[in-house]
Amino acid sequence: MASNTNFEKYKSDGSLQGNLLEWFDARFPATSLWRGHLSEYYAPKNFNFWYFFGSLAMLVLVIQIVTGIFLVMHYKPDASLNANGIPVAFASVEYIMRDVPWGWLIRYMHSTGASAFFIVVYLHMFRGLLYGSYRQPRELIWIFGTLLFLCLMAEAFMGYLLPWGQMSFWGAQVIVNLFSAIPLIGEPLSVWIRGDFVVGDATLNRFFSFHVIAVPLVLLGLIAAHILALHEVGSNNPDGVEIKKKKDVHGNPLDGIPFHPYYSVKDIVGVVVFLMVFSIVVFFAPEGGGYFLEYNNFLPADPLKTPPHIAPVWYFTPYYSLLRAMVWPLFGIDAKFWGVVLMGGGVVILAFLPWLDRSPVKSIRYRGPIFKTLLTLFVIAFVLLGFLGTQPPSYAFFGVIPGAPVAQLLTLYYFLFFLTMPWWSKIDKYKPEPDRVTM
Amino acid sequence: MKRLLTALLLAPTIALASGAALHLDKAPDLQGDQAALQSGAKTFVNYCLNCHGASFARYNRLTDLGLSEQQVRDNLMFTADKIGEPMRVAARPDEQKLWFGAAPPDLTLVARARASADGSGADWLYTYLRSFYADPKRPTGWNNLIFENVGMPHVLWQLQGTQVMNKDHKLELAVPGSQSPAEFDRTVAELVGFLVWLAEPHAGFRKQLGVWVLAYLVVLFGFAYALKKAYWKDVK
Repeated sequence: MASNTNFEKYKSDGSLQGNLLEWFDARFPATSLWRGHLSEYYAPKNFNFWYFFGSLAMLVLVIQIVTGIFLVMHYKPDASLNANGIPVAFASVEYIMRDVPWGWLIRYMHSTGASAFFIVVYLHMFRGLLYGSYRQPRELIWIFGTLLFLCLMAEAFMGYLLPWGQMSFWGAQVIVNLFSAIPLIGEPLSVWIRGDFVVGDATLNRFFSFHVIAVPLVLLGLIAAHILALHEVGSNNPDGVEIKKKKDVHGNPLDGIPFHPYYSVKDIVGVVVFLMVFSIVVFFAPEGGGYFLEYNNFLPADPLKTPPHIAPVWYFTPYYSLLRAMVWPLFGIDAKFWGVVLMGGGVVILAFLPWLDRSPVKSIRYRGPIFKTLLTLFVIAFVLLGFLGTQPPSYAFFGVIPGAPVAQLLTLYYFLFFLTMPWWSKIDKYKPEPDRVTM
Repeated sequence: MKRLLTALLLAPTIALASGAALHLDKAPDLQGDQAALQSGAKTFVNYCLNCHGASFARYNRLTDLGLSEQQVRDNLMFTADKIGEPMRVAARPDEQKLWFGAAPPDLTLVARARASADGSGADWLYTYLRSFYADPKRPTGWNNLIFENVGMPHVLWQLQGTQVMNKDHKLELAVPGSQSPAEFDRTVAELVGFLVWLAEPHAGFRKQLGVWVLAYLVVLFGFAYALKKAYWKDVK
């Protein structure tokens, strides 16, 4: 919508301010950007609760960038030990927490922001599943989104090493070691990633560099692409019908309203509610019950002391469960390698969703019982996989139902949900879509 | 939709209702009690700081407990010359490693690091420090009920006395110490209270500030919601 509309250039009313704006607009697409992306970007008027999470993801990104900038002013990516026998990196985080004015707030906002980012993004992705937002013509938005999700995982993983606590160190050790399972090139590849034979100072420094420069740049570029593609085709909505099919005499969608001011003022409400929840965590439970800041990470990294149970942070645990589910070697290659394939495949398969879904309607509102049942089971499977990923493999539900085979069954379900989708999405019953959106 | 949300909410509760737990005694919460925290600081400096550092904390931070810098200098500062120096031990970590086999861990964050699904870090410390018993099989002569074969001896034994393990694997006081069991529990509670404070000295202020932030957001919500309502009144 944005790029195929020619907006008129700004005309001065003769005032100084007007003249300046005219001069500026003649040399920069200020008016067309403003109108194309905000004041005349028509969004469906029936957005519901689920549509807050895109703008909230942007908010969390800004929180992470701003707090990150201030953290970097005091953080030191240095694994060597100080006079008290504590790694400098770990001590610098505690310095921020104690001696830097307001450092504790900035650090808690950043650590809570990491978890908030994943909560918001998982809900944003789930919205896409509910209303078929990945379907034609929005396939590319979805693919950019999948890439963003991958980037976000890399960003979070590398950021988690920086406090140089026990979980930082051993989590990174376990994940980087996974690469060594790749046949032939695995061993040298993992050394190349670490820059050493174990996770050490070289690893800490390169992860720092990636975390604060490289990955954020890629993230920003992908976000720009994600939003440009969205504004090109227009937003989907909870009814999954195209608002561009019904236009008024001016060529604007009948069921569309300008993003600004309608959705800007609505998103402010979402932002305030989000900030309330965010503040409750930051000010009253910054450890998030040991899920946002793991207790073991209050111990400095010690390469000689392996913790009895190493678990990644909660937002990785569904995929960690996929990894652990594979325990059988195949084609003479170690089971660990196939675990890595499953974990990677679990993310990559999302990108194929636009072509796996063959349903004639987009939104869950008009889809049949098969979709509703399977999606519900998928959500339960995802949450349970996440929970099992936080537990040791020996975990048993109620002390009797062993967790490991349950995780394997759920893993099978995770993949079957996608792989059999072309078939079940076609035979499912569906209701006719309305012509116009419903409020 | 509703069914889906219910299922989402229920899944973790089903999953969480299991797992064997370590039994920990509940540590009393003394965070608001400055006298108790000061007393805990005294116990910490006298009994712990000889081997364990608290190297992320500076001595002048203790003024947050209602002490003057002079009081800290006179009563609590044995290992440093300047009030702004960190609470470290005289021995170097490499020397300690040579003498003890492992350098005693820094205790600044111990109250946060020891938290687990079984209880808070305070509960763990409160139970641990009261669970030492005489064990002639150990090089130090001491063992601990919740930290088997611990390297540390029972530093507070003169206060508590000597506990032994009976046939039912319960601890009994065999030789009383200088404090009664109730007094000793209080001493440990105060020490643990100090360690909880030490792990995050800003925690009290953080919670106070949080109340104001939330109050501000509630007001802001009122305005934001009214603004949204005003703009959206014609959208049908």
